[in-house]
Amino acid sequence: MAMKFEKTGEGTYMLDVCGYVCPHPQIYCKKSLEKMNEGDVVEVILDNPSSVETISQMCDQVGHDVMDKKTEGGKIYMKIKKG
Amino acid sequence: MEEKRNQIWALIITGLMILISVVYYSVNVFYMYVVAYIWFGFAYGMMLQYGRFCFASASRDLFAAGVPRMAVGVLVALMFFSLIQATLASTNMSTFHPAPFGIHTLIAGWIFGMGMVLAGGCASGSLYKIGEGNMTSFVAAFFGLCIGQAVFVDVKWFNFLIPQSWVDSAAAKVAGGFPPADKMTSSFDTYLAGYVWDKSSIQLSHTKTFSEALPGITKYFVADSLVNSIIPATILLVVIYYFFMRKGFIKKRAKQKGGQTGLGDHFAGVWNMITASKRTTIMGVIIGIVAGLHILVMKGLQLKFGVSNFGQILTRMDKAGDITLKAGEVSTKGTVFDPGYWYITSQEGQLGGWILEKFGWNMRDNIFFGVNNGLPEPWRNPALWMSIGIIFGAMVMARLSNEFKFKMPKGELWVWGLVGGILMGWGSRPSLGCNIGAFFIRIAGGDPSGWLYGTGMIAGAFIGVKFFNWWSERKMAKEMEAF
Repeated sequence: MAMKFEKTGEGTYMLDVCGYVCPHPQIYCKKSLEKMNEGDVVEVILDNPSSVETISQMCDQVGHDVMDKKTEGGKIYMKIKKG
Repeated sequence: MEEKRNQIWALIITGLMILISVVYYSVNVFYMYVVAYIWFGFAYGMMLQYGRFCFASASRDLFAAGVPRMAVGVLVALMFFSLIQATLASTNMSTFHPAPFGIHTLIAGWIFGMGMVLAGGCASGSLYKIGEGNMTSFVAAFFGLCIGQAVFVDVKWFNFLIPQSWVDSAAAKVAGGFPPADKMTSSFDTYLAGYVWDKSSIQLSHTKTFSEALPGITKYFVADSLVNSIIPATILLVVIYYFFMRKGFIKKRAKQKGGQTGLGDHFAGVWNMITASKRTTIMGVIIGIVAGLHILVMKGLQLKFGVSNFGQILTRMDKAGDITLKAGEVSTKGTVFDPGYWYITSQEGQLGGWILEKFGWNMRDNIFFGVNNGLPEPWRNPALWMSIGIIFGAMVMARLSNEFKFKMPKGELWVWGLVGGILMGWGSRPSLGCNIGAFFIRIAGGDPSGWLYGTGMIAGAFIGVKFFNWWSERKMAKEMEAF
């Protein structure tokens, strides 16, 4: 198991932290956003429900926009635009 | 399709718990005591999962992500629970007992705090995450809280840490007849008999200052609830707001208002922080109430059956020929571990002890199992049923919200689960409890040692987060080499 942080296009990224439990998804998500530029978008894929709540609140506090959030097959997909 | 399957699973699990309860009741009415623990455990599990209620994340998410969601939830739960605790104490319906006060609580909290961050969940959090299908939490709970704790209380590995004064104090007690010499075999035994038992416990309502100033039941509400719980929790909320939320909130507020902000905006900020994650805060309130109700029900059952501990019920059933108790199932005091309220770690240590005995390890020659808690068969261990209830309650809730996913730990998570679990197990024994028993319950009951444990937990969590920050930074740098 390894986390993946990939550049998928101009200003778009993908962070896959499936299999990870707290606090890893939120730490990796925070660090990914720190490395990105304002307006860039990252799709975060995770399967640890507790982390979703923390990531959502973190985005709200800092000013990032959670553009989309869906659950499929036990995996959660979050699209976050850096604010 | 997936939704339907999850609903069926939720029904099957709930049905199984009902079936177990009915079987217990039909075997012997005394087992209603066990049934009560099962269903309170089940309720805790559902609430913990729904509110993502994990004490580890209270401090960890603050340091790791600057998110106060869980810290707020815990503090809200604490305030509500303390009010109910005070009500119960004032009606003589509380099962709460304070713990010996000393620096050991702070140190134990520190070890536990590091462990819970590494393991990815506190003692109660690990259980509810097992219910979500998270096997890293299972590794932490099984190898750390169960086996790790049982080993900890029965080995001599830590004798090098024990000062001569503790050895002398313990020896003097053995010479006096208690504890029995054959139960004084481990480092932990010397620690308990030579150090912990010499410490006095504090419950604010029972101190001279408060009991003289506030005769009657007011002392429980003022001393235990207001002074020991509500005021410190409120101060902590303000501190958390000041350091983690104020800047961002006031900036937003000033933008909205197009100008200056004042004190009223700060009050709005605190309220905004409390209500930011409604599901966590609402669960905090409900958990606080249910935890109080749990005490009420257990005390009620004790009064109904004329006992103060389930060990007395087991002994009674044994004498009546309803069951056959093995030697050592009930402690030398005639008791088993039966806290009478929400508790996590001791019963898991009992399960670990029971398992190790199957491999030929004598686990009854120590104070923890032999004198204090007994080592009952798992199916008649009431508190262990509470832990099982938490797992299944959380599983039902996770299924209903389509969040159940069976996840085996891979790679580094094995290490974090194992090391974190063992640190949690070892960090909960010296303080005689974990984030629930040593922190949550004690503070709400008016015992200041709960804050000592909490301070240790926060310090330990801080170190754990620092470590993970360093670790993840390395991994991120490697990932980013490609672009």
